[in-house]
Amino acid sequence: MLLIKGGRVIDPAGRRDEAGCLVLENGTVKDFVPGDQSPKGFEGRVIDASGKWVVPGLIDMHVHLRDPGYEWKEDIRTGTRAAAAGGFSSIACMANTKPVNDHPEVTRYIREKAEREGAAAVFPVAAVTRGLEGKEMADFAELAEAGAVAFSDDGRPVASSLMMRRALEYAKAFGLLILSHSEDAELCHGGAAHEGWTAHRLGLPGIPSAAEEVAIARDILLARQTGGKLHIQHISTKMGVDLLRMAKRAGLSVTGETAPHYFTLTDASLEGYDTNAKMNPPLRGEEDRMAILEGLIDGTIDAIATDHAPHDDYVKRCEFIAAANGIIGLETALPLSLGLLAGGKVTPGRIVELLSANPAQILALSGKGSLRKGADADVTIIDPEAEWEYRAAEVRSKSRNSPFFGWKLQGRAAATIRGGRVTHSLLAGVAADA
Amino acid sequence: MEWKRRHVLGLADFRVEEMEFVIDTARSMEEILTRDIKKVPALRGKTAVNLFFEASTRTRTSFEIAGKRLSADVVNFSSATSSVTKGETLLDTAKNIEAMKPNILILRHPASGAPHFLSRFVSCSIINAGDGANEHPSQGLLDLYTILKAKGKVSGLKIAIVGDILHSRVVRSDLHSLGRMGAKLWLCGPSTLVPKEMERTGARVTYDIREAVKDADVVMMLRIQLERQKTAYFPSLREYSRMFGLNRDVFSLAKEDAVILHPGPINRGVELSDELADSEQSRILNQVESGVAVRMALLYLLAGGHDASH
Amino acid sequence: MKKGSKKVILDAKGMERALSRLTHEILEKNKGAEDLVLVGIMSGGVPLSKFIQEKIRVIEGIAVPAGYVDITLYRDDLSRAGYQPRLKRTEIPFSIDEKKVILVDDVLFTGRTIRAAMDALIDFGRPKNIQLAVLIDRGHRELPIRADYVGRNVPTSRSETVDVMVQGSREDWKVMLNEFTPAKGE
Repeated sequence: MLLIKGGRVIDPAGRRDEAGCLVLENGTVKDFVPGDQSPKGFEGRVIDASGKWVVPGLIDMHVHLRDPGYEWKEDIRTGTRAAAAGGFSSIACMANTKPVNDHPEVTRYIREKAEREGAAAVFPVAAVTRGLEGKEMADFAELAEAGAVAFSDDGRPVASSLMMRRALEYAKAFGLLILSHSEDAELCHGGAAHEGWTAHRLGLPGIPSAAEEVAIARDILLARQTGGKLHIQHISTKMGVDLLRMAKRAGLSVTGETAPHYFTLTDASLEGYDTNAKMNPPLRGEEDRMAILEGLIDGTIDAIATDHAPHDDYVKRCEFIAAANGIIGLETALPLSLGLLAGGKVTPGRIVELLSANPAQILALSGKGSLRKGADADVTIIDPEAEWEYRAAEVRSKSRNSPFFGWKLQGRAAATIRGGRVTHSLLAGVAADA
Repeated sequence: MEWKRRHVLGLADFRVEEMEFVIDTARSMEEILTRDIKKVPALRGKTAVNLFFEASTRTRTSFEIAGKRLSADVVNFSSATSSVTKGETLLDTAKNIEAMKPNILILRHPASGAPHFLSRFVSCSIINAGDGANEHPSQGLLDLYTILKAKGKVSGLKIAIVGDILHSRVVRSDLHSLGRMGAKLWLCGPSTLVPKEMERTGARVTYDIREAVKDADVVMMLRIQLERQKTAYFPSLREYSRMFGLNRDVFSLAKEDAVILHPGPINRGVELSDELADSEQSRILNQVESGVAVRMALLYLLAGGHDASH
Repeated sequence: MKKGSKKVILDAKGMERALSRLTHEILEKNKGAEDLVLVGIMSGGVPLSKFIQEKIRVIEGIAVPAGYVDITLYRDDLSRAGYQPRLKRTEIPFSIDEKKVILVDDVLFTGRTIRAAMDALIDFGRPKNIQLAVLIDRGHRELPIRADYVGRNVPTSRSETVDVMVQGSREDWKVMLNEFTPAKGE
């Protein structure tokens, strides 16, 4: 039995935003008692969440765990620890491992290892095509049986329009979802940075916005053609947001996500050829950043997902063009997302939607994303006032590729609970369960 | 003014007075090249390493001669026959060379920003001899020097640059050197190779060579690379040459005392006709001459009066 | 802050007399102006060598070729300088082969400038001989160098400086001796 008292329970899916106590038992949410008094006769562990928010466990639906195959960058153990430290009780991991997760054996390996050693629940996303090569569809049904919650070739696009069509259509029958890394690889043509004034000034080959826009348009229209379910990953362009908005207005089953760096940074961060500002899709211009903020505010963008992409020093400490793409993000996602509150247009409830309720719904993770009676006992306790500095020495991830080191952040996960067990805690007197 | 730079990575942040200082120093260096004994002991005992990851005989030879004229020891390291083919990273290669204590590293590399990156990790001076499509500062300065010698001034001149502007680091350095000194720059080429963005630098963009060359004081032609045709930047060399090559007919639109420049090597008959390449108005060989003097100036300013450890 | 007293040790008239005497000595020792060339050491030696050149024209009616040399690139103390010494210009638009070169400088001190100037001259050709004419010899030689013709010997201490002011018109020429006294507390 676990009692979380004194906090503000914010649960948009459960239609609740009020002060109260949450009671967890046997791995599920047993009860909610309004007010800040503990229920009479309670015996069990008590966590004091005064001054804090109590929200459904956060879910990051776009993480690269690098396990199996690239364990020097990250593995399931360290990746889920980083997730828990960032407030995430569940994560969905991408298929670009080695071997690629295009086979039920790999899916099972990930699930089982996560069960044994993970500090967060891990939901594998399997490949759309074998080897991510875009030529042959992977065995969707069998992968789903092994535990895959969705399909994505992320890291790469599904280049062939015909293959994308088939994938959307085939997945439809099983009610499965395609997550799309929407990019026209040929238009990228050796680019390393967003095609714009900054890339020009630095003499870097550009990746035009059109490379993403053309692909998002294609994917949306194929979803329309087939009636399949589509989720657009890491949206970085204004037109990308506009296209998603149009798709929703047309009633299509399309959802979309963006990453914290796309609403926090622009290509100005490339100054000095900083490889910690290099990712794919690239950081874009201010106009794009503003459009993404707008999309988060008006409901066009459904989720915030980090695209946590750990990389070792060797592939980042080099000349810009040769550097690998990606940054880590699990431990900074929450404070950066809380930064959205500053404009006054985003409510705490909306943030919980973006980081928990919506990802749960999109990936159909039953029992997650809300604190209704009977939901899984996944809870994140957020201290919205906590002021801290993000330091490289304190990072839980194995990798250190982040542009946010040295940033003074506000807001952080004070504690993360998964299945009733505390996986992370900064609260006095509350230790993480082994 | 006092020279304080430890590296020459690009002209982007060079003040006008710094560029003038280099040109002034180059003038003194050029005098040495007219003597019988073309050598001074200024860099005696200093070592310069040419670290070239892209083929280039011309620039490398120019730096080598410049170093030797100042009595420096010059060592050439070219990637084709080296550890790089065995997969060694740029950083490792540079650190290995740095362990042998050179005073100056002259770096040419296909990645933009490579010298800036290295400057964070090595303690010797670095001269950028061309990084990707970013900059080629010694070329920008020697073009400035050549035009000053030919025309006496740069301010107010109309300078047309024709060719693959998009991929040209020479243009980008020239925009800093010539543009900041008051020249009116016109950039011309096929629309796939001349980004509109360039107008933000103050230059004019045109896709019509006749408009660019009309009344120009200086016409600079750039080498067109065959690979660009292979990635569909333009349909064929023939069409490119017809529309953007400089011949007597087009050149007659320029001012009567206009001069022709080209960073080399020339695709004779493609971007520049034989006749014009060898004409009175061509200053292409002067560029080469100026290049040695400018590079001597840069080597002297970086290594002439300092200890290896700053 | 450096403090010190300044003293004029040679005024314009005095300089003129000294330079005229020097010119006569040069002509006497070389038995005329044949095969003579003048090379002034940048910057102080240049106006002085011009003066000597004019004087020779007046006395002998001969125009002796005069040039100037910048020794910056030949200095032996380049590595010790904390900044980049600005280059000046060298112009010797005539052959020095088999000529008697009169090197002209304003102040002879350690002798290192003269050594550098000789290195530079040797690169230009093979003179018959090199002779040195200086306006002021202030002692403290660090190399075995001596002047053939001296305008004035001025014994100095190491902390003093001798400035030959030859900018502007000849009436304003003068030679200053500056004593350097370190301020208290340094």
